[in-house]
Amino acid sequence: MLPSLVRRAAGGLAVLAGVITLTFFLLRLAPGDPAERLLGPTATQEQLAAQRHAFGLDRPLAVQYGVWVARFARGDWGTSIATGRPVRSMLATAWPATVELVGISLLLSYLLGIGVGIVQATSGRSVDTALSVTTVTLFAMPGYWLGLMLVMVFTYWARLLPSFGSRGFDADFLPPAARLADALRHLALPLATLTLIGIGGTARFVRGAMRDVQHAPFVTVARAKGISGHRVTLHHVFRNALVPVVTLLGLSLPALFSGAVFIEAIFAWPGVGRILVEAVQARDYPVVMAATGVSALLVVLGNLLADVLATWVDPRLRTGAAA
Amino acid sequence: MSRLAADGRARFGAVLLALALAAAVLAPIVTTIGPTVQRDVVATRFLPPMAHDAHGVLHPLGTDRLGRDVWSRLAYGARISLGVGSLAVLISTLLGVLVGTVAGVWQGRAGAALLAFTDFALALPRVVLLLLLAALWRPSATLVVIVLGVTGWMSVARLVHGEARLAVAQPFADGARALGASRFRLLLRHVLPNALTPAIVAAALGFGNAILLEAGLSFLGVGVQPPTPSWGSMIASGRDTLVNAPWVAAAPGIALVLVVVASTLLGDALHEALDPARSGERPATRGA
Repeated sequence: MLPSLVRRAAGGLAVLAGVITLTFFLLRLAPGDPAERLLGPTATQEQLAAQRHAFGLDRPLAVQYGVWVARFARGDWGTSIATGRPVRSMLATAWPATVELVGISLLLSYLLGIGVGIVQATSGRSVDTALSVTTVTLFAMPGYWLGLMLVMVFTYWARLLPSFGSRGFDADFLPPAARLADALRHLALPLATLTLIGIGGTARFVRGAMRDVQHAPFVTVARAKGISGHRVTLHHVFRNALVPVVTLLGLSLPALFSGAVFIEAIFAWPGVGRILVEAVQARDYPVVMAATGVSALLVVLGNLLADVLATWVDPRLRTGAAA
Repeated sequence: MSRLAADGRARFGAVLLALALAAAVLAPIVTTIGPTVQRDVVATRFLPPMAHDAHGVLHPLGTDRLGRDVWSRLAYGARISLGVGSLAVLISTLLGVLVGTVAGVWQGRAGAALLAFTDFALALPRVVLLLLLAALWRPSATLVVIVLGVTGWMSVARLVHGEARLAVAQPFADGARALGASRFRLLLRHVLPNALTPAIVAAALGFGNAILLEAGLSFLGVGVQPPTPSWGSMIASGRDTLVNAPWVAAAPGIALVLVVVASTLLGDALHEALDPARSGERPATRGA
């Protein structure tokens, strides 16, 4: 198991390096640079040249790339061109917010999605059809639109839940219990949006995976031995359907992060996605690079975690020979 | 095919997609007024659905804050959504089939390298790439098509590669090789026909995803640019008027959900009709 894990980790590092390199050259290839954005349309050629020199943008691309990688590796991520804040401190506050949102949503959508999928695979046709209609609709829903509709209902009509940011303006002055309640109220809508959509995909997948195993010979044997229906469902069908489901966990992380980009934009959630969207529009090179790097890193780590889980769930993967 | 016609999901999906296509093609006929026509803004803005304005024009889905007809924008926006979605899926399917079959026929180093590249591309955060590409160049429908096309081929390549490897190992492929068929001929005449099934299924499922992503990019302002109506930018503009005119954001969202549900159901049904043994393998992840 260990060698394969090391190989996976090396692959993850390669992905990370690839993302960073790709981002670097895409940014440089695209028209428009931060000097133009910073100085505005009235800037003279001399001013632009001086500003580009100050940013080091007049050096050969390969040199810029080398300098950037060396600095990034040393932990010097530069300062944001648009806000003047150190990039590291911007991301240091942002990534926990994204991990909080994505992590809880992943957990909830898996638990609920697996539950719905099991119910669908074991119940009669009418229940299955009704749930299928629900899950395929959720699966088809754009996150930003579902988010808006929830805002319309819960913020504007019912006036129950906030839809902006991760905490109230007075959060610092609240006692601990009230502060927690405030944080949960702010989390509710973005989390519900991301989770509802996740349930759709997971339930569809679990239902399919269980249907595939349901008629396997070992299930028939288990039933023939007189094992109760529930036990067969949980210990024989679901246990075997769990392997593709856990593999899916790793695959769904990039999609979940992608979804989070839109959700963060809608709810002004102070995460990596929102920083990325703003930085891309402002051509804020240092921030774009670091935010891309951090989101790629989170995805790579999530995939590694899913690999570990898959080996834990499926003993056949543990021998090492099978890898 | 008859199995497909007997499948309720397939019929439902096909009918819905046909309706959306008809609305897009016949947009000038089925609407009462152009999608960008603005008259007296104060008198015609925020009209609720089924209202007549001062000029006696019916607005079946109401008007937005500039007094533009929502139904008309929806119908013309369908041209962008369906057009961009299908062109993007065409590009990604062609790329995926190319990479998948080549990697299946030229096994060994070339194939392994292609597969490694596919896995690498699959691990990239797609929306981050999309955002970068779409925001860095001047936004346009063409750019969105290209960007969605070149970031969506990997899952097709994976599926097609699996099928191509199976085909290459079949006796008929051995026979072709024994008769002196070149690898290129093997790919074209023996592998490609067998690999088309997963490609078609992946295309049907990818279509909905492409439409969602196009709308997402337009929603963030880096896709199709105003005043051209696009479902994503319509949702974005309805965002500011959720309180007094919820129909502006609701209508394009419902249209999006219906079209994506239709293509997903059609894809599921196709999958089971073409390949009943593997009905369970469904993509459960998507972008927006």
